[in-house]
Amino acid sequence: MSDFLMPSLGADMDEAVLVEWQVAAGDTVHKGDVIAVVETAKGAIEVEVFEEGVVEELYVPVDTTVPVGKPIARLATASATRPPDPQTPEPEPIGERPVEVSGQPIERTLAQATTTPEPPINEQTSETKPQQGDRLKASPLARQRARDSSQSLQGLTGSGPQGAILASDLTGSQPPTTKTSGKAPRKGFDPAEMRKAIAAAMARSKREIPHYYLSTAIDMLPATRWLDSYNAAQPPEGRLLMSVLIFKAVANALLDFPEMNGYYQEGVYQPCPSIHLGVAINLRSAGLITPALLNAEQLDLANLMDKLQDLTRRARLGGLRSSEMTSGTITITALGERGVDSVYGVIYPPQVAILGFGKVSPRPWAVGDALTVRPVMQATLAADHRVSDGHRGGLFLGRIDQNLQHPEQLNVPAQKDTA
Amino acid sequence: MMSYDQLRTALVEEITSIAPDLLPDEVTDDASLRDDYDLDSMDSFNLAAAIHKRLGVNIPDTDFARLQTVAQLITYLENKV
Repeated sequence: MSDFLMPSLGADMDEAVLVEWQVAAGDTVHKGDVIAVVETAKGAIEVEVFEEGVVEELYVPVDTTVPVGKPIARLATASATRPPDPQTPEPEPIGERPVEVSGQPIERTLAQATTTPEPPINEQTSETKPQQGDRLKASPLARQRARDSSQSLQGLTGSGPQGAILASDLTGSQPPTTKTSGKAPRKGFDPAEMRKAIAAAMARSKREIPHYYLSTAIDMLPATRWLDSYNAAQPPEGRLLMSVLIFKAVANALLDFPEMNGYYQEGVYQPCPSIHLGVAINLRSAGLITPALLNAEQLDLANLMDKLQDLTRRARLGGLRSSEMTSGTITITALGERGVDSVYGVIYPPQVAILGFGKVSPRPWAVGDALTVRPVMQATLAADHRVSDGHRGGLFLGRIDQNLQHPEQLNVPAQKDTA
Repeated sequence: MMSYDQLRTALVEEITSIAPDLLPDEVTDDASLRDDYDLDSMDSFNLAAAIHKRLGVNIPDTDFARLQTVAQLITYLENKV
C-alpha cells in the first residue's frame, strides 16, 4: 500500500489544480494509465501512474489546488516493497518536498517513464476532433466536461494556451473558494503565474548552479544539403526539420558524455542511461514550456520528427503527460527561428546542461587557405561546473559538430549505428 | 479551379488553425507569415502538410521556403487547383 503523491511537474511548478479523477476507488490501474488531470500555469497535464495496483482511496476532491508532493490517493501496489532502482534517479520537485513515501517510487521513476509506451494521442481529443472548419481550441478535459454537462464550448472565452478553453472556463466548474492550500483559486492558465514560476526556477538555477558557457560555430553545409535532398523526395507531411537533425546529433553525442545528461540532486550527480531531450517549445503568446522527447537516442529521424510534432501540438493545446514534464535529462533551445545568432541558456534544475542553437545563416568560412561562404550555426553550451568542466564541454560541442558533418549517419538509431 | 476568394478562405482557415490566437479578420494578404504572425518552422511544416491534404498540392520544400505571404501562396496555388 502506498500513497500516490502529486507529481513534480518541473522545477518551475510547485502546485496544480486537480480538475479530474479518471479513476475511482476500487479501480485497477496499470503502468502508464492516466489517473487524473491537473491544470497548471502551463495548461492541462495528464498525471500517469507507474505501477500496477488498485486504487483504495482518493484523498483530494476535484477542483482542489494541491502542492507538489502532497498525497492525493492511496494505491495497493503489487510491487510496493520493491526498492527504488538506483540506476534511475528521479528529479525532485522544487522546494525539496518529499516525492516518495517509505522509499517507494510510487509516482514515477525515470526507468518506468522510459519503458512506458509512448503516450498515445489523447483519445478524448480524437473522439471530439473538430470537424474541418471547427477550430475551437479546448483542452480534452474541457470538451469532456462540456459534453457531460451538456454545455456548449462555443462562445466561451478560453484562458488556456492560444485561448484554448480549459475546464475552469466552463460554468459550474470554477473551483470552490476553500482550497486546501489556502490560496485563491486560479485559472488553468495564467501568464503572470507562469512568468513567476519560470523566474523562481531560473533564479534558483543561477543561485545554485555554477554555470560555464562555451560557444562554437558549426558548418551546416553537409546537414543542409542532406536535408534538402531528403525533403525533395518527400511529400510535405514526410519532411524533416533541421531541428530534428540537430536533436539527433545531440542525442548521439550524449551517449559518450554522461556528465551532461542526468540530474544533480542533494550534492550528488547521477547520469541517466536514457536520453530525454527537454525541448523548449514556444507557446506563442503564452510563454514557454520544455517537455521531453523521451529516449531520443533510440529514435530515427522520422520518428523523432513525429514525436516533436506531436509534442508541440500537445504542448500548445494541453495533453502533455506528467512524465514528459519532468523527465528531461538535458534541455535544448533553438532560438534561430527568430533570427538569433546564439543563445546562452539557464540550466533547468536538476539538469546539468542546456544547449542553445542559433540561426543557420551564410557566413565567411575558411576552407584550408581559401575563404568561402557556408551556412553556419552557432552552438552554445551552458553546463554545471559541479559536474563537468570546459574541457569536456568543448569536446561535447565538438562531437555534436562532428555528428552534423555526417548527417547520413544520423538517420539510424544510435545503438545500431556501426558506421 | 478554385477562385482567389476560395483559396484565400482555405488558406486563412488553415493558418488560423495553426495559430489559433490569430483571428481570420486579422490575416492580411501581404503580411509575412513568419515575421508578422510568428509562424515557426514547425508551423510552416504543418501548413505545407495541410495544403497538401486539403488542396492536393505538393509544394516542394524549395518553393515553399520562398512563399512568405498569403498572396504569394495564392498566386502559387492558383494554377494548380
